[in-house]
Amino acid sequence: MTYNWNWGIFFQPNPMGTGTYLDLLLSGLVLTLETAVLAWIIALITGSIVGVMRTLPSRGAYWFGFAYVEFFRNMPLLVQLFLWFFVLPEILPKAAGLWLKQLPNAPFWTASIGVGLFMSARVAVQLQAGIGSLPRGQRQAATALGLTTVQGYRYVLLPMAFRIILPPLTSEFLNTIKNTAVAITIGLLELTGQARSMQEFSFQVFEAFTAATILYLLVNAVVVTGMRILERYVAIPGYITGK
Amino acid sequence: MIEISHVDKWYSTAFQVLKDCTTNVAKGEVVVVCGPSGSGKSTLIKCVNALEPFQKGDITVDGTKVNDPRTDLPKLRARVGMVFQHFELFPHLKIIDNLCLAQEKVLGRAHDKAVTKGMMLLERVGLKEHAQKFPAQLSGGQQQRVAIARALAMDPIAMLFDEPTSALDPEMISEVLDVMVDLAREGMTMMVVTHEMGFARKVANRVIFMDRGEIVEDAPKDDFFGKPRSDRAQKFLSKILSH
Repeated sequence: MTYNWNWGIFFQPNPMGTGTYLDLLLSGLVLTLETAVLAWIIALITGSIVGVMRTLPSRGAYWFGFAYVEFFRNMPLLVQLFLWFFVLPEILPKAAGLWLKQLPNAPFWTASIGVGLFMSARVAVQLQAGIGSLPRGQRQAATALGLTTVQGYRYVLLPMAFRIILPPLTSEFLNTIKNTAVAITIGLLELTGQARSMQEFSFQVFEAFTAATILYLLVNAVVVTGMRILERYVAIPGYITGK
Repeated sequence: MIEISHVDKWYSTAFQVLKDCTTNVAKGEVVVVCGPSGSGKSTLIKCVNALEPFQKGDITVDGTKVNDPRTDLPKLRARVGMVFQHFELFPHLKIIDNLCLAQEKVLGRAHDKAVTKGMMLLERVGLKEHAQKFPAQLSGGQQQRVAIARALAMDPIAMLFDEPTSALDPEMISEVLDVMVDLAREGMTMMVVTHEMGFARKVANRVIFMDRGEIVEDAPKDDFFGKPRSDRAQKFLSKILSH
């Protein structure tokens, strides 16, 4: 293999006129982070609601939660993004479809919401498991004290359930960040997308993807560290998972 | 105070856990419910504050019908204290916050009033110095005393105890029973599921013996210990009193 290594490429100007190649990659990183954070917020909120629904005594709520989770987790993420991006605008009423197509930053919004909903199904399943792992008596004790169902979840069940599922939630947060790379297929110039364009402009494929790899690793290391700190912060003295 | 009349409960169409249970607990009365495991005594006591639904019959607490769909159940439950076999303190809350939660969220008491009340009750059960600890840092007996204090903080009109000493090491049983004896002597209306016949002898007014979902015997204490009328109660007593 003849390959001209050129690690200085990062400091050469990119053909887009937006600074160096490093600036190109960093702009992709910023977009990756923005997409991931918005997706994670969506995943946490909707996932929590659906996860709680799956533990309610109401059969209707349970079945809604069940259908939601199976819909979003049984389809490849790539197919889901294509559905939201290419198919949805066509099957909506014409005006709404047109509005969607002309939306500025459409790939960004589609990727954030699409990845967010995909991940929300996973958050929902974990929260359901977390709530299910609490002793049955906890719910009864809350009820017996006169707390309503909402209060019981808010003050008794969820604070414990979220503490229990914090380690797996860390993995889901990392997955959310990594899954945003799929958005390259709908034209989002996030980190992977910018690494690709750097490769196409400069032919320095190894340098481009080495840099992207390192940036992903760094971001995820920061997230892992942050979650560890959070775990320690919310740990309960004397409790098994506490220190 | 608590009137239970002709209560039937099925878990499935085939399995009947409560069969035509009728009894009542007058104001200030202490009634001990005993019987072999699986006899339905815990289920019966949980029907009183509607933690368990039942299909037939009526239960009335202080004039309020528990099985009336119009009854404000959280409000009713807030007035009936309950103590569980496994304590069910909320592990993520400090002891004092365990006592304050329902006072504030259900009764709407101001935080400082709730704390004052809580500290008073902790002093009463001899655990004032543990107020800032978490449940997992206390022994089983201490946790159960906190659970009793938590129920008392709601100013209940009656107290339900569901095998309060069954999960405790032998040397911790008496510290919990002492608190319950004091409570009984102060005139609290109590319904106690327990195998502690010493407690029954000391403070019970009546003893109910259940077997296979039926109330087999419902007699004043002296009659029950003097000469149980039914064979099944005699056998049960001879087994638990023989050693």
